Amino acid sequence: MTRGTFRLAAAAAALCTAVAGAASAAPVKIGMITTLSTGGGYLGEDIRNGFRLAMEQNDGRLGGVDVELIVEDDGRKPGNARQIATRLIQSEGVKVMTGSVFSNVAMATIPKIVRDGVIYISPNAGPAKLAGRLCHENYFNAAYQNDNFYEAMGQYFTDEGLDNVYLLAPNYAAGKDALTGFKRYYEGNVVGEVYTQLGQTDYAAEIAELRDADPDNVFFFYPGGMGINFIKQYVQAGLDESIPLYGPGFSADNTLVDAVGDAALGIVNSAHWSKDLDNPVNRRFVADYTERYDREPTLYAAQGYDTARLIGSALAATGGDVSDTAALREALAAADFDSVRGDFRFNTNHHPIQDIYVRKVVREDDGNLTNQLVAKVFDDHEDAYAGECALGQ
Amino acid sequence: MQLLLEQVLNGLQFGVTLLLMASGLTLVFGIMRLINLAHGSLFMVGAYVGATALAYTGSFLLGLAAGVAAAALTGMAMEALIIRRLYRRDHLDQVLATFGLILFFNELVRVVWGRQPLSMDTPAWLSGHVTVLPGVPYPSFRLAVIAVGVAVIALLYVLIMRTRVGMRIRAGASNREMIAALGVNIRLLYTLVFGFGACLAGLAGVMAAPFLAVQSGMGEDILILTFVVIVIGGIGSIRGAVAGALLVGVVDTLGRAYLPDLFALWLPPASAGTVGTALSSMAIYVLMAAVLAIRPQGLFGGAHD
Repeated sequence: MTRGTFRLAAAAAALCTAVAGAASAAPVKIGMITTLSTGGGYLGEDIRNGFRLAMEQNDGRLGGVDVELIVEDDGRKPGNARQIATRLIQSEGVKVMTGSVFSNVAMATIPKIVRDGVIYISPNAGPAKLAGRLCHENYFNAAYQNDNFYEAMGQYFTDEGLDNVYLLAPNYAAGKDALTGFKRYYEGNVVGEVYTQLGQTDYAAEIAELRDADPDNVFFFYPGGMGINFIKQYVQAGLDESIPLYGPGFSADNTLVDAVGDAALGIVNSAHWSKDLDNPVNRRFVADYTERYDREPTLYAAQGYDTARLIGSALAATGGDVSDTAALREALAAADFDSVRGDFRFNTNHHPIQDIYVRKVVREDDGNLTNQLVAKVFDDHEDAYAGECALGQ
Repeated sequence: MQLLLEQVLNGLQFGVTLLLMASGLTLVFGIMRLINLAHGSLFMVGAYVGATALAYTGSFLLGLAAGVAAAALTGMAMEALIIRRLYRRDHLDQVLATFGLILFFNELVRVVWGRQPLSMDTPAWLSGHVTVLPGVPYPSFRLAVIAVGVAVIALLYVLIMRTRVGMRIRAGASNREMIAALGVNIRLLYTLVFGFGACLAGLAGVMAAPFLAVQSGMGEDILILTFVVIVIGGIGSIRGAVAGALLVGVVDTLGRAYLPDLFALWLPPASAGTVGTALSSMAIYVLMAAVLAIRPQGLFGGAHD
């Protein structure tokens, strides 16, 4: 070996080491398969925006570790989501995933993903089965269990002595869960219970029936476009003056309120978060989000933000190592981060134990419509399915 | 009794919205033998442009004009650029191409206006309610929709039956080779008819915007019902579209309102609710099946053939 070749070999070896060094510090890949198209697309967009904001506030890092966020659109189709998940896991080597917005997509993808040894943190969907019988050590929910908001509204009715309620929801699984959740804590009289077709656009017939039934209060669950249609038509019929509307936070998130306009004023709704929750993390989140995206955050954005910071807390604890699933799991379960919701910890089934509030749509001084806190309904609320979950028993 | 009348009024109002969509769609099919799935996209364009123009100008009438004009221009551009190549193709090709247009327009709207649904308020002079019967306040905007629908029916009648263009349209529907041989510029006629159909779709879009969510994909929900309407009425027949739309509107509304009560007469309340809800969402399809079983060409179909 001549001196020249030796030098070359040494240089190559040095280069190799350098590359290997860089490889060990390669960013942690986080797969986000969420819903960005269809009428529900704004939910996924808000979750993604909230998540990205948490990264941007820390120069692209979470928990001091470089992360790469891979965002994919599932188009609200379970088949798409499954395909993308397989690709991310097999070709990209993704070990941590998040993103699911709709429960039907979640049910079709999450059980398989977590069986493959990947950690999944749901930023929104919280179907009952994943909280109960089908709970899994690799599955976490950073948002809520689906029934929580309805339960809170039922409890609020009971606390406030509100009675003679008329219930409306679309005729599908989540609609029935919503009314069941409400009735779990509601003790008064139900005047009428109506299930409408999923995706219905015109509610004139139901509204005429409702007026005829003459209830004192209305509780409705219409997510997305159905909610906009229903609220507008309800107000046009002049019913909001005599019979107040109550619903879950999904029916009065800021995007919906903006789309409905003045008709949304006064709607009372339940949620785990509100813009005016008074804690430093939330104040900073709301200010930064409004500045970055030029609109107020929704509860979905808050969930995306919390999901990112939860992952950050776990990455900080493991030093950015995602190959040791057990350690990562343990760090996630500790939920060692400051949530925009204030109190936040995980139950044995990896679903949140948190406070649930009631909010009301009001007009701010600058004319902007927004939600304002009215009351705290539940303190450290647990979901109804934790007992069916075999974890921690 | 008052409730029944109110529900019939609701049904008529819903039927009118369907009519505005169905008359354009059936016109295009009757004359060009073209199945245009993207008709719902023109509805969406009308609603979006109308809502945006209202937001900028504050005037509902300007919004209405802008929405209708935008839908007509979009429709004519669509005809000249894409649809024109499809007339000689079979229906499967037309369905595939116009389905592609749906995806294109949904994405375009998302790129231009974003994913957040838009808001369009009812104009102040139409936001109150009128007491149509003692004890039954009816939203004035819904009454306005019915009025617009009646005006459009009258306009269609005059246009198709009393004008030279209308005569050519009828002639084109009966025998397009012959009318082309007689020296009528069939190309221009097609573009005009398509533009007129788009106009009506845009009008439906703006009129629906104050009580519907203005969002990407909003045209598809109404498109399915529109197809039911023109199949019931007879494909290609304007008279059929009017009859079909009002029939579907009334049957759908009354079905939703009364079927659950009807079943409660002999079923326990819980299962009556379930059966009634399920059946009421099927009512118009049952109606369609019944019409097709008795008259396979639809109520007014096949008159020219």
